Amino acid sequence: MSKQQPTQFINPETPGYVGFANLPNQVHRKSVKKGFEFTLMVVGESGLGKSTLINSLFLTDLYPERIIPGAAEKIERTVQIEASTVEIEERGVKLRLTVVDTPGYGDAINCRDCFKTIISYIDEQFERYLHDESGLNRRHIVDNRVHCCFYFISPFGHGLKPLDVAFMKAIHNKVNIVPVIAKADTLTLKERERLKKRILDEIEEHNIKIYHLPDAESDEDEDFKEQTRLLKASIPFSVVGSNQLIEAKGKKVRGRLYPWGVVEVENPEHNDFLKLRTMLITHMQDLQEVTQDLHYENFRSERLKRGGRKVENEDMNKDQILLEKEAELRRMQEMIARMQAQMQLQMQGGDGDGSVHGHHV
Amino acid sequence: MSKGLPETRTDAAMSELVPEPRPKPVVPMKPVSINANLLGYIGIDTIIEQMRKKTMKTGFDFNIMVVGQSGLGKSTLVNTLFKSQVSRKSSSWNREEKIPKTVEIKAVGHVIEEGGVKMKLTVIDTPGFGDQINNENCWEPIEKYINEQYEKFLKEEVNIARKKRIPDTRVHCCLYFISPTGHSLRPLDLEFMKHLSKVVNIIPVIAKADTMTLEEKSEFKQRVRKELEVHGIEFYPQKEFDEDLEDKTENDKIRESMPFAVVGSDKEYQVNGKRVLGRKTPWGIIEVENLHHCEFALLRDFVIRTHLQDLKEVTHNIHYETYRAKRLNDNGGLPPVSVDTEGSHDSNP
Repeated sequence: MSKQQPTQFINPETPGYVGFANLPNQVHRKSVKKGFEFTLMVVGESGLGKSTLINSLFLTDLYPERIIPGAAEKIERTVQIEASTVEIEERGVKLRLTVVDTPGYGDAINCRDCFKTIISYIDEQFERYLHDESGLNRRHIVDNRVHCCFYFISPFGHGLKPLDVAFMKAIHNKVNIVPVIAKADTLTLKERERLKKRILDEIEEHNIKIYHLPDAESDEDEDFKEQTRLLKASIPFSVVGSNQLIEAKGKKVRGRLYPWGVVEVENPEHNDFLKLRTMLITHMQDLQEVTQDLHYENFRSERLKRGGRKVENEDMNKDQILLEKEAELRRMQEMIARMQAQMQLQMQGGDGDGSVHGHHV
Repeated sequence: MSKGLPETRTDAAMSELVPEPRPKPVVPMKPVSINANLLGYIGIDTIIEQMRKKTMKTGFDFNIMVVGQSGLGKSTLVNTLFKSQVSRKSSSWNREEKIPKTVEIKAVGHVIEEGGVKMKLTVIDTPGFGDQINNENCWEPIEKYINEQYEKFLKEEVNIARKKRIPDTRVHCCLYFISPTGHSLRPLDLEFMKHLSKVVNIIPVIAKADTMTLEEKSEFKQRVRKELEVHGIEFYPQKEFDEDLEDKTENDKIRESMPFAVVGSDKEYQVNGKRVLGRKTPWGIIEVENLHHCEFALLRDFVIRTHLQDLKEVTHNIHYETYRAKRLNDNGGLPPVSVDTEGSHDSNP
């Protein structure tokens, strides 16, 4: 190798510079072209403002023709899964957002079975991904796995309800749970702090694994570190949603107009809406990663282990199969014997004095 | 309950509304101009003053039950209604108490006095209602408790040597707290009210109403009223018990504005130079007694200032009588004589 070749690739500006530091930019460009996919599931009782919050978060109306059922219809209804997908584009970056809604959750008088539907949905998405991943053509795998679940906690209680605890424990190994206190304008500041602390205590007490924001790297700037610290300290986020524009202090803000004042959605002193949105946007990538590396891998190993156990079951059935086969053999033998007897009769009838040879079967 | 004079008002016009003859409620006579030519002043109208003095001396019982999921502000509201700490607030729990696994019935009695009138107020709390994952039939302990109180009263009544003043533990009023979802009633709300509106006076209230804007509030109220109507649930004041036109118009107005959307508070703040009960938030102070903010004042006036006596009367004359008739019919028309051991112990084990 002559020394000429390496000199062709040296960046004339910096000696020794190879250029693979450019890799993140290439990844970025490719991602931007490809676009991002994100699936967000919202779970909570009816009337906690889930739809309003989703519309506020993404500044869109995902539920244009919504009819709210009355109580009598709710009695009959079971939990449904409704997925709506929107494509949002901002500064050239495309986001394909799927919001999975779960109407009917927590409505019934007996909610024992209300999370079965939700869990099967999550598992189904994992199953489909696993199937696609193990398939031959892996070029266009669509990722419909649930990356994040906003669990809405009622601000009217004293903490988590038994249903909240049961549900979170059932899915905390399958999806990233972000607990959200809904309709936070019901609470005074003191009540809010008390409720947040109570919820965190109960989460710890019941060993529920919620999504933890990763700590900021040591090489990040101070602002980012501070922001991450603030975010972590505010969990669970207490939010207010609204897409109505209200006149307040001379400008138009999104909020809720009460006789006693205006609650501003984007005012950090009023509620944690901005924090929730920041968390979701800055950690979208991380949420996807954790879903892939932790929850999906859990599912996959469980599934494959279970797949193995299925073969064992067939082994146990082998005895049964053997017995069946033996019975079949006997039946066939009987049939052949009968046929032979018939043939002999015919021969006897034809020959008259033919020697009967007993054939051994 | 003090017995009054028999009614002499004609109610032929009202008999179409009342399907069957029922015992006339006991009310002090209203001032009515009599047709007879009085030759002078007799003094019959002083009976009102005499009754008032009697009532002041004996005092009266009032039993109010609160039902609703935990955290809807039931205890706070009752404290606000009676302006005293008559109900133990769950927020002051020292975190050792958990949501009970079954519905419990907790009755706490207080004596409050105002203007020389003594009231023995009993607040019956129902922790655990609607809080479980499986809430099927969670209204049964409550229905059982209410019927047990009727049974107790009935037993006293049929006693040979009965007390002059039978202690009244019957539930006169049941405040049912509706969660302010803004959508509609929940299935549990419907089921509860369907079962219980026949045995007790139910007053539905929308709890924590500071969570809804004015439009949301009126929409929600309309929807709730419609749902209740569609399912044939009659809350207090029941249309069928309106005595006369006066009652009907007054009660119609009230029925139109029910269920009251209330906010409760026991903290005082300074607003415009006055100290008011309210809730302080970063965006304003919600005044409990301000009619522009919430309808607490309407509820208070309704329950305490205008219809307190009527609540007791409807309980005694309608609900209790219904229970009594059923019991006597079951017994073949005879009063229950034997000492039922099941009737004498409370719902709480």
